[in-house]
Amino acid sequence: MNAHVQAPAPTVVKTTCPYCGVGCGVLATPDGFGGAGIAGDTEHPANFGRLCSKGSALGETLSLDSRLLHPSVDGVRASWESALGTVAGGLRKVAEQHGPDAIAFYLSGQLLTEDYYVANKLAKGFLGTPHVDTNSRLCMSSAVAAHRRAFGSDTVPGCYEDLDEADVIVLVGSNTAWCHPILFRRMVDARAKRGTKLVVIDPRRTQTGEEADLFLGLKPGTDTTLFSGLLVHLASAGALDYRFVLDHTTGFEGALERARSIAPDIAATAAATGLPEADVGAFFALFTRTKRVVTAFSQGVNQSAQGTDKGNAIINCHLATGRIGKTGAGPFSLTGQPNAMGGREVGGLANMLAAHMHFAPEEVDRVRRFWSAPNIITGEGMKAVALFEAVERGKIKALWVMGTNPVVSMPRADAIREAIKGLDLYVVSEAVADSDTACATGRKTILLPAQAWGEKDGTVTNSERRISRQRSFLKSPGEARADWAIISDVAKRLGHGEAFAYPNAAAIFREHASLSAFENNGTRDFDIGAVSDISDAAYAGAKPLQWPLTKRGASKDGKQRLFADGQFFTFDKRARFVAVQPPALAQAVSEDFPFVLNTGRVRDHWHTMTRTGKSQRLSAHRDVPFVEIHPDDAAAMGVTHGGLATVSTAHGAAVLEIMVTDGMRRGDLFAAFHWSGATASEGRVGALARGIPDPVSGQPELKATPAAIAPAVYRSRGFLLTRDQRSLPAGWWWARATILGGSGLHFATQESSREVALMLRGMFQGLEIAEYADHARGRYRFAAYDGDRLVACLALAPGEAKPGWESEKAYFAADDLEPSARRALLSGRAETASAGPTVCACHGVGLDVIAATIAAGAHSVEAVGVACKAGTNCGSCIPEIRKLLPQALARDAA
Amino acid sequence: MKERLVVIGNGMASLRFLERLTERAPGAYDVTVVGAEPQAAYNRVLLSSLLGGEVDEAACAFRGLDWYEAHGIRLITGAPVTQVDRENALVMVGETHVLPFDKLVLAVGSLPIRLPKPGMDLPGIITFRDLADVAAIRKAAVTGARAIVIGGGLLGLEAAVGLARLGVDTTLLHVMDRLMERQLDHHAAGLVKRAMESRGVRVLLKADTAHVEGDGRVERLVLSDGTVLPADLVVMSVGVRPNAVLAQGAGLDVGRGIKVDDRMTSSDPRIFALGECAEHRGMVYGLVEPAYEQAEVLSRHLVGEEAAYPGTSLATSLKVSGLPVFSAGLIDAPDGAETIVMSDPGLGLYRKLIVGDGKLLGAVFVGDIAEQGWCKTLIRTGEPIADHRDDLMFGRVHAPDSQSLAA
Repeated sequence: MNAHVQAPAPTVVKTTCPYCGVGCGVLATPDGFGGAGIAGDTEHPANFGRLCSKGSALGETLSLDSRLLHPSVDGVRASWESALGTVAGGLRKVAEQHGPDAIAFYLSGQLLTEDYYVANKLAKGFLGTPHVDTNSRLCMSSAVAAHRRAFGSDTVPGCYEDLDEADVIVLVGSNTAWCHPILFRRMVDARAKRGTKLVVIDPRRTQTGEEADLFLGLKPGTDTTLFSGLLVHLASAGALDYRFVLDHTTGFEGALERARSIAPDIAATAAATGLPEADVGAFFALFTRTKRVVTAFSQGVNQSAQGTDKGNAIINCHLATGRIGKTGAGPFSLTGQPNAMGGREVGGLANMLAAHMHFAPEEVDRVRRFWSAPNIITGEGMKAVALFEAVERGKIKALWVMGTNPVVSMPRADAIREAIKGLDLYVVSEAVADSDTACATGRKTILLPAQAWGEKDGTVTNSERRISRQRSFLKSPGEARADWAIISDVAKRLGHGEAFAYPNAAAIFREHASLSAFENNGTRDFDIGAVSDISDAAYAGAKPLQWPLTKRGASKDGKQRLFADGQFFTFDKRARFVAVQPPALAQAVSEDFPFVLNTGRVRDHWHTMTRTGKSQRLSAHRDVPFVEIHPDDAAAMGVTHGGLATVSTAHGAAVLEIMVTDGMRRGDLFAAFHWSGATASEGRVGALARGIPDPVSGQPELKATPAAIAPAVYRSRGFLLTRDQRSLPAGWWWARATILGGSGLHFATQESSREVALMLRGMFQGLEIAEYADHARGRYRFAAYDGDRLVACLALAPGEAKPGWESEKAYFAADDLEPSARRALLSGRAETASAGPTVCACHGVGLDVIAATIAAGAHSVEAVGVACKAGTNCGSCIPEIRKLLPQALARDAA
Repeated sequence: MKERLVVIGNGMASLRFLERLTERAPGAYDVTVVGAEPQAAYNRVLLSSLLGGEVDEAACAFRGLDWYEAHGIRLITGAPVTQVDRENALVMVGETHVLPFDKLVLAVGSLPIRLPKPGMDLPGIITFRDLADVAAIRKAAVTGARAIVIGGGLLGLEAAVGLARLGVDTTLLHVMDRLMERQLDHHAAGLVKRAMESRGVRVLLKADTAHVEGDGRVERLVLSDGTVLPADLVVMSVGVRPNAVLAQGAGLDVGRGIKVDDRMTSSDPRIFALGECAEHRGMVYGLVEPAYEQAEVLSRHLVGEEAAYPGTSLATSLKVSGLPVFSAGLIDAPDGAETIVMSDPGLGLYRKLIVGDGKLLGAVFVGDIAEQGWCKTLIRTGEPIADHRDDLMFGRVHAPDSQSLAA
């Protein structure tokens, strides 16, 4: 296996997890051979030592397989000198011929704050293009917009401690149990400790919904109705904080009047949301009578054509009750990415300038002076969707993508892959060589190898405004470099050397901190002036810090909460109620596309799997791209659990495995977006979404695209496990997953078992092949051995009978196989009881093992944990374990 | 006075017949048994083990002389019968001995075939059929000797493995392109070949012996392609033919063997035949199982019970020097039939089922033959196997019920 070269001194390095916005502290202990031991940092205030399944498996993602290690120009390896020269020359040429605003940057919430800062500065101050947007646009820009409309600033008012201190936590459009597992653990702990009630609002009954005290499975897109109804109810119940509303807000009357027109009472709310009146009433009563309420929301709210209004409908209820910035109370945007917050602080979005400053003339002038910028921009640029549409139209001629995979993740992703072909200059700074985005090409394509997690060094900010260090603990492989250094070198070649002469990340951080404090005087929420003169040594050892952190602030620890004093960042210091628009999905279903397609995540994968896909543990939980559907819909559409179906929209199609679940509403489909062209033949779910942007935030709707579903019929289905990655013939459906000791492919094909046997056996010539063939029944299996070592294993069955691979995976992980195991490989029958599909990824505990443990008398989650370790590390599988309990008990009773 | 029953031959078929007869009707007949070999009936199946030194001669014995005595059976050994005089109902033993009979059983077995090639009468060329052959082979198989076994049937394989076990440089020649071609398909034969080679036997296929040379004793064997193989010892195991000499001389109906009906009765109602010398419904068997079935039928018939021999379905289950091999019914699929195959060469495992119209037509197993009895039943009964395909291939998961096992 490919690995980092030996690092010098193996010591424990404190760093921060690169996945979600929780921002957990991680202790990395390099093993000296390119890997590292991973543990939670007990001193980090986000996680206090806990890690989720993804964080725990970080050590499995460090291999150099599929890493981009050298610069290349048009597919040919190039020196840094030549590659950077080509980039600078290309940018200069485009700027000269088409103006600087023909240049665009597409950045990432995966970038460190320092990288973000330098990219933003180069584009907006020196190249002079406003078109700098980021994948955070797809993630939480509606929350940003809602914050700014309500507070005058993009401020998260509360902190994680509020989750410990709340009596009610309302989760809106958030599968917290899977997507922010460590915060979910805090919520569950609070429930155990103080009886906190969990209310979950989501069209899907997710694992989070399974854990809820009250689950509200509302119609897609009707969150605004529910919170409008709540505002009306709060007003009529006399539950408002009149003092706060009078003294510190404006717009209440208008907002209430609008809310009344949308949802005049409980009955109307229930009718519009499709919820039982009793449930709506119970939620309203609970919210009304509980002072300590946190309403946490994420992509279900944000990724919507009305996402900003949804956010404001929620914030309205908190402003009206004065439940904001107080212990255990407030609206709380759970951010998706590890450094979306850092990107926002820097201003790395098209509708921001820098450091929470926008485009008021004095702000533009202030930033220009601070940067000594020759080409400062004066207005907003194009947001992600518009930006890529401009690429399609040929308006953008040069695009520089850093650390993100828009060819997978953007709506209408297929169209974007096509559009990139027309670019004069296409630059990708990437850690991964085989991402769909790195594989796309423009007329001139430059790939620049960037450092990955564990190599790069800088800061990230989590959902509670806490700035933590990501530290380097591995040597950079090949010619990989820090993003800020790459950008600075291009800046130098464009003649801006003086403004980009950074000796290290600390120097960039100091400049960023100075800008936040520059002529601030309390007018801007984001102020970390206290660390603007931090020394290199102090930066190196910096503990997590929460902002604001002003130079003259009393506390060096920053402020945990804002706005309890009623002082907001609007010109009149008052918060704004927003009269929201009546909710309606941007696109209605039709006869051709009768379903509403929702997209989202699975527990154990991150984004487009470029890292989590390397971990066999994380690849076990969901190993094929899938679509969830209600049982009645499945029956009506003729699709069956485990079968394949074509899900199509006006923009694309994917072939996905069917998961029938009554957690879905009728009429809705759900598909996870993680699979790319590198991990599945037809699993690019992003290509299906229309992505109509929210008019305020520009965030595209990714959770409600009209779609159709039909069975995808294949003659044969099977799997192939190999030591190294293999490709299957064109035209076959496949999905790849990492397994212990190799790589696994689920596949489907129109070929007969006889043909498949011929084609695939041919891949393993020279090896000893053991096989089983019953071609009359379309069944074929083989195992290839190199000596006694199993190097490949195939199972094939008729299209309607997908073979499972759990026991074969276990055999693949073993060094020596007993004869009984070799026979089981051919028979597909259990040698002994297999563990079943993996439930607990941390400890690799399967469904069957857990079921057996329960059957053997472990009748609680705790008892299961004691007996088989499942659920005892990150705990994100506890909902699934709990779900097994009543079923298993019922079976026992039967 | 009791009827006089004379049995010619004291091999395995003969002994089984005598056991069954004396169990059913002790003392019903006045029985005389005449055997050509110097010993009483022994287990011929163990000859290869004896050759290889895995067992001693005592282990091959079945019944002691006291058993014959206790059951009132007169046993004459080392005495070849020279003539059957039907007219006078006499059996002539050697030049002098005369045995009158009322009923006569011929259980004279078969004779090993010698290739009709030049030099086959040289000393050092030995057949592999009885204890005397084994003794001769062992005597010739001195350290450093080079042995050639001609014949890739079961017996040849066993002789070769036995020789190899003795530390003799052993080459097995087979004229066909695979070993045991009547019982095994190519794949199974390949596994058997691999097993032979792993036991130190060099195997040459499509090896057609032209002649043997030597100065007063075998020194080399020449193949038809001109290959010369040095040899100190040649074991001939190219098949057997039913021993029908006596019957022919007596004017009984003889085809390849002595023709018998379903009661093992020859063309003379007083005379019966069983075992490898008998031809029943055109079939001549070379295995012990049919012989035992015939012995059963004949013993019943001779005590007045209703009994008929229907023939034995063609099945072979055996161990080629420890490697279990089973074959029944068809070996290769005819047009329109399906084949189900499992093989793991590393485990020495192979199974093939041939299925037509949902019925089992044939089976070839190597390495693990646990389901052989079931296969034989299914082939015989023609019961649909749709629900059993996986169990037949991979073994039954649950304990089989005893009825379906009855083969």
